[in-house]
Amino acid sequence: MKRLTKTFTAALVMMACAAGTASAQQLRVGLQEDPDVLDPHRARTYVGRIVFTSMCDKLVDLDPTLNIVPQLATSWQWNADSTVLTFKLRDDVTFHDGSHFDAAAAQANLQRAMTLPDSFRKTELSSIKSIEAPDATTLVLTLKQPDATLLSQLTDRAGMMLSPQSFAGDDVNAVGRNPVCAGPYKFVERVQNDRIVLDKFDKYYDAKAYHFNRLVFLPIPDTTVRLSNLRAGGLDILERLNPADVAEVKKDTRLTFANIAGLGYQELLFNHQNGDRAKANPFNDARVRRALDLSIDRDAINEVVGGGIFEPAGQAFPPASPFFDKKFAPGKRDVKAARALLKEAGQTEVKAELVFGNNTTTAAIAEMLQAMAAESGIQLSLRPTDYAAMLSQMRGGNFEVAMRGWSGRTDPDGNVYQFLSCKGSQNDGRYCNPEVDKLLDEARTVPDVARRKALYDKAQELLHKDAADVYLYYQPWPFALQKKVQGFVPYPDGMIRLKNVTFATK
Amino acid sequence: MFILILRRMLVAIPTLILVSMIVFSLQKLLPGDPVLTLAGEERDPAVLDYLRDKYRLNDPLPVQYFAWVKQVATGDLGRSLRTDVPVTTLIAQKLPVTLQLAAMAMFFALIVGIPMGILAAVKKGKPIEYGANIAALSGMSIPNFWLGIILIMVVSVQWRLLPASGYVSPSEDFWLSMKTMLMPALVLSTALAAYLMRHTRSAMLEALNADYVRTARAKGVSARGVILRHALRNALMPIVTLVTLLFGELLAGAVLTEQVFTIPGFGKLVVDAVFNRDYAVVQGVVLCVAVGFIVMNLLADVLYILVNPRLRHS
Repeated sequence: MKRLTKTFTAALVMMACAAGTASAQQLRVGLQEDPDVLDPHRARTYVGRIVFTSMCDKLVDLDPTLNIVPQLATSWQWNADSTVLTFKLRDDVTFHDGSHFDAAAAQANLQRAMTLPDSFRKTELSSIKSIEAPDATTLVLTLKQPDATLLSQLTDRAGMMLSPQSFAGDDVNAVGRNPVCAGPYKFVERVQNDRIVLDKFDKYYDAKAYHFNRLVFLPIPDTTVRLSNLRAGGLDILERLNPADVAEVKKDTRLTFANIAGLGYQELLFNHQNGDRAKANPFNDARVRRALDLSIDRDAINEVVGGGIFEPAGQAFPPASPFFDKKFAPGKRDVKAARALLKEAGQTEVKAELVFGNNTTTAAIAEMLQAMAAESGIQLSLRPTDYAAMLSQMRGGNFEVAMRGWSGRTDPDGNVYQFLSCKGSQNDGRYCNPEVDKLLDEARTVPDVARRKALYDKAQELLHKDAADVYLYYQPWPFALQKKVQGFVPYPDGMIRLKNVTFATK
Repeated sequence: MFILILRRMLVAIPTLILVSMIVFSLQKLLPGDPVLTLAGEERDPAVLDYLRDKYRLNDPLPVQYFAWVKQVATGDLGRSLRTDVPVTTLIAQKLPVTLQLAAMAMFFALIVGIPMGILAAVKKGKPIEYGANIAALSGMSIPNFWLGIILIMVVSVQWRLLPASGYVSPSEDFWLSMKTMLMPALVLSTALAAYLMRHTRSAMLEALNADYVRTARAKGVSARGVILRHALRNALMPIVTLVTLLFGELLAGAVLTEQVFTIPGFGKLVVDAVFNRDYAVVQGVVLCVAVGFIVMNLLADVLYILVNPRLRHS
């Protein structure tokens, strides 16, 4: 028996050692979901973009304060009436298959993104009329009309460059199986629901700045298990830490906490005029919508559910954006004013249903909203729904008020147009105000930031008057890292950029 | 014997068709539009229409079903909507993972359940029997996900002994594979071990009271010989069939365990596919599991006949 105990202890110690050590040059990243298809033109998920960021360089990139900075393009220039955009490209870039990146390759990529039948980049690039490559390092985009959103689109998947050889064949799925890009890490393998492995690409033009030989992305949807893995040493970084765990991670001396307010938001969306349920919706009256807004204590939500990282929001643009305006900051909770508004609207007892995609965080928020609204006389019944079902219910108008999140876009247009313009593709409540439409349409074509902001300010004033929707908080991007991971900087777009990130040497 | 197997196989065909029809229609009853779910944050209506067309989602249900059957008849289970990977590839990737988990769980269940059952029967009325009964009761009633989380918290996070989750193939690194699979297999085996213990115990009690055991004892066979050679041999017969049948249950139980330990197996594949409304994957996996169940049932019948010669002539 004694000997058995001894052997057992020895085995345990050996296991412990093995569990603690991992290859020094390998970075393991815990993701909240398994990404979808790894083809930048057909991809749809936020989590997929995290993988692309290390694998596929884009024409231009973002810095932490949302300025557009060079990546594959070294510089760019607009013509006088903002209809021609000319890029100068790097000439020292090699794709992962060894072929050379030039303007013709960029042209082929943009053309693929604009013509592939199931390309989700088509709308993002819809303003482009023609693409030319007069020489190997010059790319000229001619637009149908001025488009202020185009450059920011090119900081994301629309600007990612695949080796033209990789999509030359007839098999559309070939790219997703083996994406060949021009980035610091090249694709090695993928096992669905399990892992995506990338290896360092030695011929990358800035290879010296990247310090890990191998990246392993591990989708672990359960937040508790994801954090347990980090704490057990099985992960080096995890994204989207559960807000309820923030305090615990901050306390843990072996971990680092990094958070940034993102570009997206959580909002309450009303059914203005989509289908039959809109007709009987008590929220058809702007005063009732404002009353709900006034009932909400966003600081309390931040404190109780958000672990201090749910920064209260009163508008679609995040504080990091130059289009953010303090004027539209959320007001303080005011139950008296809310009751007065309801009285004015002749509805002292409002009954409505709140639908939301069910998880522990959203459920906790919905319960708080229910309690806070009740004090003003708005009785919300809660309908927690599975995400897929909610999408189609909202689309079909089967809701009165819904809570939903948006991961956010760099360009302000991406945070408002599709939700609040009359024909917006995600305007499930069918809010429609022609004046707002005019302003939003015009803002799309004005590259000058100050002039553009004036247009958005006007639009925001109208939206606030209408109480078109109610913003709750800005979606944060909380990361937890092993202490040894050094040099990591969170970006408002939530991506993991590994340039100059290293393991501390002990 | 061969006629029996043949007859069972013929019966299996309508069962399979029925299963596939039920799953097909159940999926369509689920609220949610697969294309909207697939598109996530993107909503280009032209692309959505293209995808609906591509995956035949606009066709009437029977047309969709027959198109699917026609495809399956050629050995093609279609492609995952979400990742474009062929369903057959996914099954080939995930099935060994779940089989490994199930086999290890079965192994633990056998080495714990059967000796405990024997002991409980032999020491009837003694503290050992009560202890075994309590252990069995807790094994059956403790939820897998709770036990899983607790084990992760204690063994992986506190003691840092075993990896908290994931999967490593045994061909890649055998010991690491065993280590990652240890906790999930233990968790999955608890209910099974309890079940086996209870059945072994009652079968043993029955056998120990049988006439041949009394005769053996009277002949002066040692206690050990009576228990192991006479009683256990007869008691094991129903256990053998039970084990083959429970193996199917294990595959179902693996769904929860795989979720908790993030094991990329069959269960996780099908659960994720349901949430993503990835019809082709759900359909393919369920068909595959149904075939597995039918084969296991058939195997149980055959084994039973092999173990019990009395049945051969009836």
